[in-house]
Amino acid sequence: MSGDPDRSNLKPLSLHVPEPRFRPGDEVDFSVVEVPAAGAAPRPDTHDVPASFSDLAYSLVRVLDDDGQAVGPWNPRLSPDRLRRMLRHMALVRAFDERMFRAQRQGKTSFYMKSLGEEAVSVAAAHALHYDDMCFPSYRQQGLLIARDWSLVDMMNQIYSNRADRLQGKQLPIMYSVREAGFFSISGNLTTQYPQAVGWAMASASKGDTRIAATWCGEGSTAEGDFHSALTFATVYRAPVIFNVVNNQWAISSFSGFAGAEATTFAARAIGYGIAGLRVDGNDALAVYAATAWAAERARTNAGPTLIEHFTYRAEGHSTSDDPSAYRSAGEPNAWPLGDPIRRLKDHLIAIGEWDEDRQATMDREVAEEVKAAQKEAEKNGILGHGLLQPLDSLFEGVFEEMPWHLREQQQQMLAEEEASGRPWARKG
Amino acid sequence: MNMIQAINSALDVMMARDDAIVVMGEDVGYFGGVFRATAGLQKKYGKTRVFDTPITECGIIGVAVGMGAYGLRPVPEIQFADYIYPALDQLVSEAARLRYRSDGEFIAPLTVRSPFGGGIFGGQTHSQSPEGIFTHVSGLKTVIPSTPYDAKGLLIAAIEDNDPVIFFEPKRIYNGPFNGHWDRPAENWSKHPAGAVPTGYYRIPLGKANVVREGEAVTILAYGTMVHVCLNVVAEAGVDAEVIDLRTLVPLDIETIEESVRKTGRCLIVHEATRTSGFGAELSALVQERCFYHLEAPIERVTGFDTPYPHSLEWAYFPGPVRIGQALKKILKD
Repeated sequence: MSGDPDRSNLKPLSLHVPEPRFRPGDEVDFSVVEVPAAGAAPRPDTHDVPASFSDLAYSLVRVLDDDGQAVGPWNPRLSPDRLRRMLRHMALVRAFDERMFRAQRQGKTSFYMKSLGEEAVSVAAAHALHYDDMCFPSYRQQGLLIARDWSLVDMMNQIYSNRADRLQGKQLPIMYSVREAGFFSISGNLTTQYPQAVGWAMASASKGDTRIAATWCGEGSTAEGDFHSALTFATVYRAPVIFNVVNNQWAISSFSGFAGAEATTFAARAIGYGIAGLRVDGNDALAVYAATAWAAERARTNAGPTLIEHFTYRAEGHSTSDDPSAYRSAGEPNAWPLGDPIRRLKDHLIAIGEWDEDRQATMDREVAEEVKAAQKEAEKNGILGHGLLQPLDSLFEGVFEEMPWHLREQQQQMLAEEEASGRPWARKG
Repeated sequence: MNMIQAINSALDVMMARDDAIVVMGEDVGYFGGVFRATAGLQKKYGKTRVFDTPITECGIIGVAVGMGAYGLRPVPEIQFADYIYPALDQLVSEAARLRYRSDGEFIAPLTVRSPFGGGIFGGQTHSQSPEGIFTHVSGLKTVIPSTPYDAKGLLIAAIEDNDPVIFFEPKRIYNGPFNGHWDRPAENWSKHPAGAVPTGYYRIPLGKANVVREGEAVTILAYGTMVHVCLNVVAEAGVDAEVIDLRTLVPLDIETIEESVRKTGRCLIVHEATRTSGFGAELSALVQERCFYHLEAPIERVTGFDTPYPHSLEWAYFPGPVRIGQALKKILKD
């Protein structure tokens, strides 16, 4: 407080509270966002020491230029076939999101989260990883499952908590778990998957396996203590793991400044831990692919972990329960300087003569049909609004491997009460 | 063996049997643990199976969950139970729920070892008994041994169990059975029958209590250090009490408890942990619900006070012979 005679000549301290550039109603001008030229970033050797990554951690690895050409040392030189498959997977993710968002609005499920604008981050990564590498995703990497050609019907069954739901209606929609497709059970608790991925990678290394782990979190979640623990463990044991930070600028209503972005990049955090850090144009599928493949090679050759910051933009609300117009300018998604990942990959394929607008339109129709057909199929198994679709007593199963007496007793009590209530649950399976 | 040697032996036996078992924690590797529970294991099984970790409890448990998902059976150590709180999110939100939320696709077969309890002038952060926090979490098992023999058998069962187990080791009785008389010379396990521990494999099933003293007048429910304190109070007061060492809090051996209280008609619950919402409250509620018509006196609880664990006032805080004796008198009066 004031009154200290010795320091009376100092200005009072002031507390800095970050504020995003634009609020609802503001004109958007993203010219302050630095966008280095495609092809400008050097591609280091996968065995280079982490301390040498400072420049890359503050720059942006970009492959696709404004003319739709793939340029520079990070160009992964993928076959046109691979590019078209990636494009299709991204389109499928977008169509899936669109359909499920609408299903939530129609009351067919309680909740949904889109990944609009971030499709490259998960789809291109899945293409660069081996199928048996284990992914520890957050809730916005549905693209991993779709790029691994997992059944859309199965995903929708989970969203609908219907009678075919592999998780028996126990989990909130989109908290998938697909061990077979190397997709770890999603938790609602942010960043808990980070040290878990490190543990999985350490286990793989200690067993002399060749599989690696990859994990994802948002930039907001990097503030969690688990992020720090995970990076510390990963560097200490040189774990074969890839950390992905999807910097989509927003954590619900908080802009990235509340995770520390005003002062530094998220890739730069890696350097302090002794981890290689790459900062990548997250809307450039080729850059995401190249960075992931680079990090995978580094991990697979025992050279240690990598952190990749995917610089992107969350084009939609946080979830179906969120209204972004309450905290950010409606002009932001369209003004985002890195554009749209699907359009950019499409433009590239057209620029190299491997695609055209007609084929794009046909593909868009096909993926829409595919999603629609899957939805129809999934809805045969019921939707959330249809009442109880799982056997009532399944509620108690899976807490432990074997049901202890106290759970069995509660289960019996519930069934007896339900029986005696005179208002048995409707339509139970 | 003392309890530390018994725990060391359990780890040794299990690591030799199953190469999926890994031991990890702060100072557990080269040094062998601050209480020596993991001494010699790194030398015998190598650094990839027994290793030191950074000082991050949430990291230790989070990494162990990931290892479990891979197919290993981690036995992480948290140096003191007082320091388990940074790992609570990983234990409560992850380890405990993984099987349920993935419908069995992924499991967390961890055994989290941690020294706990007071009586050693440990002050606020080396004395706590946080078992009630864990018994409240669905999906966790909580085990507390009271002798070297039990410690080994229960630890082996915990490691073999496919569910996450919190294994609290009462550090006051690592070296000998503490009878509650802090001002008398300490005993050691060599004179106690449960100090005779087989060197090989054996297991004590989780969820089975041990009636350590049969009696007719009152049932005493206790675990860990308090088992020995209670036995001594009973012997000194000449009370014909039945003393039950619960050994596993979840799943609880309700049958043994019920049978005993129905026989004696009286029940005293003793634990070091603070009273309010402590595990004793659950025990009291269960006994009341199940043995109501057999009860001849109100159920009594002797517990730590609802304060942080003090340093110099330890023996005023600790539920020792005086307080247990008074409670027994009260419960037997009617």
